[in-house]
Amino acid sequence: MSRKITPTLSPQRRLYLKTEKRRRQRVLFTQIGILVLFIGWWEIAARVGLIDSFIFSQPSRILDTYLNMAQNGLLTHIGVTVFETLTGFLLGAVTGTVLAVLLWWSPFASKVSEPYLVVLNSLPKIALGPIIIIIAGAGTRAIVVMALAISLIVTVLEMLGGFHRTDPEFIRMAETFGASRAQIFFKIVFPYNVSTLFNSLKINIGLSLVGVIAGEFLVSKAGLGYLIVYGGQVFKLDLVMASVIILSVVAALMYEAVSLLQKLTVSRIEHS
Amino acid sequence: MEVLRIDHIEQTYQAKNGEVAALKDISFHIDKGQFFSLVGPSGCGKSTLMSIIAGLLTPSGGQVLIGGEPVTGISPRIGYMLQKDNLLEWRTIRQNVLFGLEIRHQLTEKNIDHADQLLKTYGLYEFRDKYPSQISGGMRQRAALIRTLAVCPDILLLDEAFSALDYQTRLEVTEDVYQILKREQVTTLMVTHDIPECISMSDFVVILTARPATVREILPITFDIPTRTPLSCRNSPQFSAYFDHIWRELECHEP
Ligand SMILES: Nc1ncnc2c1ncn2[C@@H]1O[C@H](COP(=O)(O)OP(=O)(O)OP(=O)(O)O)[C@@H](O)[C@H]1O
Ligand SMILES: [Mg+2]
Repeated sequence: MSRKITPTLSPQRRLYLKTEKRRRQRVLFTQIGILVLFIGWWEIAARVGLIDSFIFSQPSRILDTYLNMAQNGLLTHIGVTVFETLTGFLLGAVTGTVLAVLLWWSPFASKVSEPYLVVLNSLPKIALGPIIIIIAGAGTRAIVVMALAISLIVTVLEMLGGFHRTDPEFIRMAETFGASRAQIFFKIVFPYNVSTLFNSLKINIGLSLVGVIAGEFLVSKAGLGYLIVYGGQVFKLDLVMASVIILSVVAALMYEAVSLLQKLTVSRIEHS
Repeated sequence: MEVLRIDHIEQTYQAKNGEVAALKDISFHIDKGQFFSLVGPSGCGKSTLMSIIAGLLTPSGGQVLIGGEPVTGISPRIGYMLQKDNLLEWRTIRQNVLFGLEIRHQLTEKNIDHADQLLKTYGLYEFRDKYPSQISGGMRQRAALIRTLAVCPDILLLDEAFSALDYQTRLEVTEDVYQILKREQVTTLMVTHDIPECISMSDFVVILTARPATVREILPITFDIPTRTPLSCRNSPQFSAYFDHIWRELECHEP
C-alpha cells in the first residue's frame, strides 16, 4: 500500500482536479435527473390518462407493491431467484473451468471437441427447456440445469481460449527448467489467466440469471421469473414491473459483487 | 577439460509444405569456463542448435554430450536464457529469481541463500520485492540471468539474450554479465547478431554458413591486454581486424 503524501498542490493541479470533480458531478447529476424526470413523467402521464396505467402500470402503484412485500411474498421470490442463479453460476464456473483445463491438457481432445463446442455454443439453450424439465423434473433442479446449460459452454470456450493465448515464451522459459505439464499449468497458464477467469465470471453471472428466468418461465413455481409470468397472466402489471425492476437491481448487484472480488484479488496479487 | 561436445548434429524440420534442412553436420566442443559465440546469417539454424543442446528438441541426427554423457531431454546441467526476459509479472523479482529452483524442487535453504547472494552481488537485492514492471529493462535482464544462474548450471546458453536492450544498457549489461560468468566459472555459448559484442566477450567465435548451417570456421579471439573486459578490448587494434574477418566470412555467404 502506498502512503498518501499530500504535498502542496500547484495552482494548475488544483484547477485540474476541480474541473475533473465538476465534470464527474455533472455526469452524475444528469444521470439522476433523467431517472427522476422519467419516473415523474410516467406518474403524471398515467394520472392524466396519457398512458393506460393498466398496461404500463405507474410508479406509485409499483411502490405500493413494494410496501406490501410481506403479503405478496416478493422477498421469498427474490430469495429463490438469487439462490438458483448463484447455484447455476457456481456450477457453471467450476465445471466450465475444469472442462477447459482438461481440454487444454489434451490437445487431441481439444481438437476433437472443437466442432461440438461451436455447435453447442450457437444452439439457443432455451430450446432445450422441455427436455431439461422432463429429465430434471419441473422444479429447482431444472432451473439450475437451465442456468448451467446457458453459461457452461461460454465458460469453456472463454477459458480455453485464454489458456491457449498464454504467452508461449513464458511456457518455453518454464520448459527450459524442465517444468512438467502440471507445473506449466499451475505456475504459468493459470496465473496468466486470472483476468480471463474474472471476465468469464462477469459474463456468467448475467447468463445464469437469463437461464434462471427462462427456467422459471417454464417451470412456473416460484421466483421473479414466475412472478413476471404470473403477473402477466392475471393482468397484475404492477407486479410485473416491480419484478422487472428488482431483477435489474439484482443483476447489477451480482455483477458488482464479481467486480469487487476481482479488484480484491488483483490488488492482492499485485501488491501482496 | 571438455564440458560440452556437439557431435555431428543434423536437423531437418518436417512441415506441412515440405522439409526444411536447418543443420548439417555441426561439430565442435567447449572446455570448462570458455566463452563461445555462435554467429551466422539470420535463419540459418542458430536457435535450433541451442534448443537441441538444451534438450528441448531431439535432433534428426548426431548427439550432444555433456561431460561425456549424451543429452536426452532437458538437462539440469544447462541454463538456457531466451531473448525475452520472460519475468512473470505476477511474481516479485525474488519470486521470479527462485522460479527455476521451484520448478526443479530445489528450494533448499542453501540454494535460496545462493540466489539471494546473486541478487546482492548484482545490485538487485533492494529491488527483490518489486514487480518486473517496476524496474528497468537492464535490471530485468539481470534478474532473468540470475534466475538462470540460481539453478547452478555448468553450461549457460544465451540466445540473443541482450538484443532487446538499448545500446547503452546493452554495453553495461554485457560488461556485468561477463564479470559474473568469469567469476562463477560458467561455460557459455552465446548466439548474437552483433559482431562487436561477440568479439568483445568470446574466447572463440563459431561462424556458421547460411541454411542448412555448417561450421565455416572456429575463430579463437585473443587480445594482448593484461585484464581483458568487453569494454577495454574494444579499443585494441586487434578488435577491428577480428571485426573485418568475421564480417567478410558472413558477407560472402549472404545471398
Ligand atoms: N518448428 C519448425 N518447423 C519448421 N521449420 C522451422 C521450425 N523452427 C525453425 N524452422 C526453420 O528452420 C530454420 C532455422 O531456424 P532458427 O530459428 O534456428 O534460425 P536462427 O538462426 O535462430 O534465426 P534468427 O537469426 O532469425 O534467430 C528457419 O528457416 C526456420 O524457418
Ligand atoms: Mg534465433
